[in-house]
Formats: sequence, C-alpha cells, structure tokens
Amino acid sequence: MQHNRRRSSLRFRLSNSWDLYLFLIPMLAYFIIFHYAPLYGLQIAFKDFKIRKGIMDSPWASPWYYQFERLFSTKLLRTALGNTLMLSFLQLAFGFLPPIILALMLNQVPNLKFKKFVQTVSYAPHFISVVVVVSIMFCLFSTSNGIITRLLKVFGLGPYAITSQARYFRGLYVGSDIWQNMGFSAIIYIAALSAISPELHEAAVIDGANKAQRIWHVDIPGILPTITIMLILRSGSIMSVGFQKVYLMQTSLNLSRSEIISTYVYKVGLEDGDYSFSTAVGLFNSVVNFILIVSVNAITRRLSETSLW
Amino acid sequence: MAAIKKTKFDKAFDIILYSVLGLLAASYLYILIYVVSASFSDPNAVYSGRVVLWPVDFTLQGYKRVFQEKMVLLGYRNSMLYMVTGTAISTALTLMGAYALSRRDLPGRGIVTGLLVFTMFFNGGIVPLYLIVRKLKMIDTMWSLVLPGAVSMSNVIIARTFYANSIPTGLLDAAKIDGSTNIGFFFRVALPLSKAIIAVIALYYAVGLWNDYFNAMIYLKTREKYPLQLFLREILISSQQSAAMTGDVLEQELLAQLQEIIKYTLIVVGSLPLLMLYPFLQKYFVQGVLIGSLKE
Repeated sequence: MQHNRRRSSLRFRLSNSWDLYLFLIPMLAYFIIFHYAPLYGLQIAFKDFKIRKGIMDSPWASPWYYQFERLFSTKLLRTALGNTLMLSFLQLAFGFLPPIILALMLNQVPNLKFKKFVQTVSYAPHFISVVVVVSIMFCLFSTSNGIITRLLKVFGLGPYAITSQARYFRGLYVGSDIWQNMGFSAIIYIAALSAISPELHEAAVIDGANKAQRIWHVDIPGILPTITIMLILRSGSIMSVGFQKVYLMQTSLNLSRSEIISTYVYKVGLEDGDYSFSTAVGLFNSVVNFILIVSVNAITRRLSETSLW
Repeated sequence: MAAIKKTKFDKAFDIILYSVLGLLAASYLYILIYVVSASFSDPNAVYSGRVVLWPVDFTLQGYKRVFQEKMVLLGYRNSMLYMVTGTAISTALTLMGAYALSRRDLPGRGIVTGLLVFTMFFNGGIVPLYLIVRKLKMIDTMWSLVLPGAVSMSNVIIARTFYANSIPTGLLDAAKIDGSTNIGFFFRVALPLSKAIIAVIALYYAVGLWNDYFNAMIYLKTREKYPLQLFLREILISSQQSAAMTGDVLEQELLAQLQEIIKYTLIVVGSLPLLMLYPFLQKYFVQGVLIGSLKE
C-alpha cells in the first residue's frame, strides 16, 4: 500500500517517467500543427478572408455571421445537405446488416478451409484503391461492352447508362461500398462470435434448438454489444460521407444526386477560392457531426450499458 | 456434440448456407479474375465481349504499352517513394507516442489522450488545413502528402492497447532495477517484442499512402510529382467522364490510343503491389482489427 501511494504521487512519477515525453513530443507536435492549428484557422468563417492578408489581418465579416446567412440561403447547400444525409442513410440502412449476416453465416461453417476461402476472397476488395474500384465499376457497367451490361442484355434488359445517370448514382455508390467492405467489416463480428462460450451452444443443442434458433438466441445476443458500438460509430459519421469516391463518380449529369457537402466545400474553397464561405460550411458540418455522435452515445448509454465513453 | 444427430432442419440449413456463401465467394472471385483475364486478352476480344472468364488470344500487348508510358513509370516511382517515406515517418511517430500513452505512470496521460481523441470527432475542415500546409511551404512537395495525415488516432489506439496488454510490467520493473531508462527499455525490450504490431501499423499506413489520390490532387501542382493513383484517375476516370479532355497533346494522343485492355491492364498494374502483399495484408489487417476491438 505504501508503495502504491508513493507511485501515484505526481513528483515521483515526473522524476521517474519524464523521459517518456521525449517519445510523446513528436506525435504531440503533429497533432498541434495539423489538428489544433486548423481549429485556430476556423475563425476565417467569421472573417472576410483574403489569402494575401493572412488570417490575422483579414477584417471581420459584417455582420459576423455573414457567411452563415449565405449558407442557409444557398439552394445548392440544401441539395448538398439532403444528398449527404440520404447517402449516409442508405449506406447505413443497406450496408450495416450485410457484414453481420456474413459473420453469422461464416460462424456456422464447420469446414475451416471453406470458411478461410470465403474470407480471403471477400476481404480482397478492401485493399483496392477507390480509383481502381470506381474504374472497375465503370468497366463492368460500360454501355458498349461491360460484362454486366452484356449480362442484362441476355435477359433482354438495357442497355442502361448506369454510370452517368443521376438516378443510378445512389445505388451504385452504396452497392459498390457494400461490395468493397462487407467482408472486411465482418471481421469484428466474427471475432465477437468466437468469444461466445461453446457451452451456451451445447446447452442450446441439448434443449433441442436448431441452428436458426441458436443464431437467434445465442449468437445475436452475444454480439449485441459489438453491434451497438459499431452502430454508434456509423451514426457518428453520418455527416462525413467519404469525399473520395463521390468525387470520382461525379459527372455533370449526376450532380443533382452526387453533390454532397464535402465535395461542395472542396469546390467552393479550393477551386473557386471562396475560403471564408467554404470554411463556414465545413464548420457547420463539423458541429452537426459532433453533436450527433455525442447525442447518439448519450442515448445508447441510457438505453444499454454499452457506449463509447 | 458429434454424437447428436443432425435434424432435417439443420441439414437444409447447411445446404442453404453453403450455397449462399459459395455464390458470394464466386461472384467476388469472378470480378477479380475477369479483370485480370481482360488485361491479358486481345483488345478485339475484349471489345467484342468474347472474354467470359479466362483470357482470349493471350497477349502481353497491354502491359508492353502501359510500361512504355512515361507517366505510369513516373507515377510508380513517386508512389513508391511517398509510400516508403510516409510509412517510416508515420510508423515511428505512432509507435513512440503510443508506447508513452500506454504507460500508466505517464504524467497527464488522461488529458493528453482526451485531447488526441477529440481530434477524431472534430476537425477544422479542408480549407484551414490547406492554409497551414501552405504556410509551412509544403505545397507541391512530398511533405504535403506524408505529413498532414501522418498519424491516425485509430492506429495509436491499436498500438497503445497492444503495449498495455502484452508487455508484462514485471519486465519494466526488472529493467529499472538494472538501471535502464524508459527510452532504453523501449528500444531494447518493448520494440523487439512488438514485431507483429509494427507490421500491422506499417501496413495500414502503407496501404493508405499507396491508395491516396486526394492529398495529391489538392497539394501537388507539378505533374512530374504525381503519384500513380492520380495518373490512373486521369486516364481511367476523367477520360471516361469527358471525352474532350483538356490535357496536353501527349495525353490526348494517349487517350486516343487507349484501347479497352489498357484500362484493365492499368487496374491490375495499379493494384499490383497490394496484390503481392495480400497474404501479409490479410493476416496483419485482421490482427489489427482484433487488437483494436480489445479494451485496454
């Protein structure tokens, strides 16, 4: 006990562990420069920023909420916000369950070789770059000779200009996302499933439960905490749909569906040079996102014992 | 367990299970094989849709043509350089920082961790970050690609969890008695014990750096510095979206010459390093997910 008390005194810890800070400083410097310094730069959302004058010397906007007034009156932003939320919602609605189902199914496979084979094949797309994934998609759906276009033709359908038309954009985005990440996202559930005590299954078998009943009454309750955590994480990122793939898939034809907040921020800010407005939109997005993840976490903590913090 | 006879229901269940999973795996495999086959097939066969599964009229034409292209070779070299440099910096920063954070006796540990985790949920957005990179005079240099995203907090958490769980405290106490410093202990004891986590972290960063086009698109101005993914984007996607692209003459010529198979060849070439690393990637990425899901 005496020993413990001495350990926890700050002076003892400082004299004993100060050199750990030598390890920490490079990483801290990184976070200060590339994560906290940009927060200081957020003030240009309230300024009339001119790149030649710099952050300090640019005058404050009048009124100070000028950019936000613009933000809420821009029609394009409303489209972008709607598209962002819709894309996120569809991704959550259609993309959240497949990895869980895949994990539950793989968990039932007694043949280890077959299981390993399915895993190896379905993880592979996760490592491919977005540029390549979008290219593969364009090749497969190419109206002239894409393999999927030809397949549809066998059934007397098409040809459809799937990759360029606005109405197919969402399906293509969500579908390719599921294709690319379903296998890899299943890993965490497979791990959670393997932690379920085999005794529970044995008891269920003795009670005469068939496989479906065991999945429903043993497996799913067993991985429910993991599912909750993943759901919190996913809902927290509802405002941050990946810029990279959307931007690659964007054409002037599908803009009505494919303009999302992050692509809008990029274009307004870095292409048109309207820095203050772009920062204001980005700030609005970050704040909503932050409120979202904090509230989702608070709600789940109240409803169940699982939460992020 | 084995003694219990399978019920009829369970037998039917297994049949459905195997067929669904088999179909799924087959569809994944099919797309991957088709792309590779098309890249080795005669352009005419690809264009007229005669390639179904295996290469038709096997040829290396596409690869010869692609590797003659200066842009592709240049992009390859640049991407390799960025990937190796970036991975080295990121892995070193992450492992050292994560080790310090894993030590319960680090003064101010809770505060520091809190400040770092906050950055996962709130950020300044791209314009303020761009202005910082510009201020540091990194625009159009390699540093703009490897430094702004150098440390990923989720990797720090994975490495920290690993150190907290798998370096026995007894080792540290023993080393302290022998007069070892914390830094000496890290390099002589902790680092040699963490080969697996080094591989996990390094591979995470390497894949991210190799696949990135976004930072390069924002920060690089000189075409000679472009990584492969940015060239691929130009050739594979921009060319498809707007037939009349505003590029230089050489590019126009390349686009005109682009035949069907070159697209497939580029897809294969662009993912080749990752395909070669795949056995390691699979093993260590899975380990990373598993460590990440542990509680400290």
